[in-house]
Amino acid sequence: MYKYTIKRVLLMIPTLIGAAILVFTLLRLIPGDVCMLRLAGEGAFVDQAAIDLCRINTGIADPFIVQFIRFLTGLFTFDFGTSMWTGQPVTHEIALRFKLSLEIAIMATVVSVAISIPLGTISAIKQNTWIDYVVRSFSIAGIAIPSFWLGILIILGLLITTQAWFGQAWMPPINYVSPFEDPVGNIAQLIWPALATGYRYSAVATRMTRSALLEVLREDYVRTARAKGLLEKVIINRHALKNAMLPVVTVIGIEFAFLMGGLVVTEQVFNLNGLGKLFVESVTNQDYTMTQSLVMLVVLIFIVTNFVVDLFYAWLDPRIRYS
Amino acid sequence: MSVSQDIQREYLHRPPWYQLAWALLRKQPLAAFGGLLVATLVFMAVFAEYVAPHNAEIISFEDMLTPPSVEHWLGTDQFGRDLLSRIIFGARTALFIGCIAAGTGATAGLVLGVASAYFGGRIDLILQRIIDVFIAFPTIIIALSIVSVFGSDLKNVIFAICLPFIPDAARIVRSNALAIREIPYVDAARALGFSHSRIILRHMVPNVLAPYLIVLTANIGQAILLEASLSYLGLGVQEPTPAWGLMLQGGAEEYAESAPWVAIFPGLAIAVAVFGFNLFGDGVRDALDPRLRSE
Repeated sequence: MYKYTIKRVLLMIPTLIGAAILVFTLLRLIPGDVCMLRLAGEGAFVDQAAIDLCRINTGIADPFIVQFIRFLTGLFTFDFGTSMWTGQPVTHEIALRFKLSLEIAIMATVVSVAISIPLGTISAIKQNTWIDYVVRSFSIAGIAIPSFWLGILIILGLLITTQAWFGQAWMPPINYVSPFEDPVGNIAQLIWPALATGYRYSAVATRMTRSALLEVLREDYVRTARAKGLLEKVIINRHALKNAMLPVVTVIGIEFAFLMGGLVVTEQVFNLNGLGKLFVESVTNQDYTMTQSLVMLVVLIFIVTNFVVDLFYAWLDPRIRYS
Repeated sequence: MSVSQDIQREYLHRPPWYQLAWALLRKQPLAAFGGLLVATLVFMAVFAEYVAPHNAEIISFEDMLTPPSVEHWLGTDQFGRDLLSRIIFGARTALFIGCIAAGTGATAGLVLGVASAYFGGRIDLILQRIIDVFIAFPTIIIALSIVSVFGSDLKNVIFAICLPFIPDAARIVRSNALAIREIPYVDAARALGFSHSRIILRHMVPNVLAPYLIVLTANIGQAILLEASLSYLGLGVQEPTPAWGLMLQGGAEEYAESAPWVAIFPGLAIAVAVFGFNLFGDGVRDALDPRLRSE
């Protein structure tokens, strides 16, 4: 087990370096640079001297290899530099948005668990009945509905229902408030994107709960429990569900990692200032330092979550032994 | 002889197609429904010129944002174009991009996965690390950089969409191919002195076609969705080509309140299409993968 853990941690390094090379190259393939965008804008007068100075200051005048080594040493010393666009430290810019993204990720995961485990269980118990078909259609619809469209529908629905019920159209607030200062305002803003993404992400977990439970329900110990005359409710809740949760935990863990970095479209619809928006902005502004740090952050969250889920898996199920 | 007789008997006594269809409908009603949706979409995409009531690209400022009516069943958009016709022509764009991107992604994954399992050792280790990088790497930045480097013409959009499907397919195919590699007939083929490419293409690939097809059908829906998302962000298909995601980007949010049909119908088209392909894909998976079969 120790050997496995060490091996997995060591294997993270090539993945991280690979991601670093990939993002570094991709960004420099895009024509133009941050100085052109910042100083020249759209067809404005271009002062070549100012652009050259800016290029020297931001460090993009250096040869690629120097830039890459600076980027890598920065990563290993946790010095991510300053944003080429705003001039603020990268960590500061990320910290501003991280709270919002983390909060939505947590809320969406809660929504997803609250939808998927009960529905998956019902679907498995009522396998191949119309209840099963309705639940499966509902969850497949979750993956099929584009998140941006669901967002538009939710906002439209809110406008119409509030107009009809209270005589005044209501929109979720646009500015982020901390949940510790104004919990109501915070929830009022973030519950909608969390519902939309939670529903979407519940689809895979619902299916997983269903198939895992179906498998477990055919095992001998479940038959023994039935033979003992236990209530079906007790068999499902205490015996079967506990063992069926393993793959579900995996799926939910991996989805959480995706939620932390992949909400670009949802943030766009709900006009949220989270990591996804920062991401798109820094790519379009060709802010190399910012984009590189964000990508490395997302990749790191992803592989660490995967690793933790695998370890957790082995811890929950003593039969699993990694070698 | 007996085998061919069996086949002959089975062939001769094969129930007529409507009985097979009925059996499928009874056993897998959801998959059958998905298949029906997919068939409708394919029909719309192929015969768009004959099905669509209006021209999808002609701008008419007299008919701007008219609500659904007898003339325009689903209303018109902010340029006076008939929404129904644009949705029908959009089916062509969506299916074309979705099928080609999912097919290319799954096929590239098939080649990589089988090669990785077959050669093993260092090649496998290196390929797997590269695949790890691509799985963890955010899709949107790959798409963004491809589109901004090469421009957003159809070819590049398809390329950008197919990339995220490669690592998933490669991983699934590889795990299946690893099991097949252990079966002695692969060793036998090698002992006979067959070339690597012959063993891979003739002996291993046919045996991993089931997971390949499962991944392929499951990905078509996701590819359509990704295309819609990219177009919505302005990075995909460009005007005036009718594309569902683009129709939502155009002004759906602006006019959402005054002309909700502009926002509702294109999204509904995406949802129904992806829904159909996903149901159909689930059916394919149930039929091809004995381990996942529900009974």
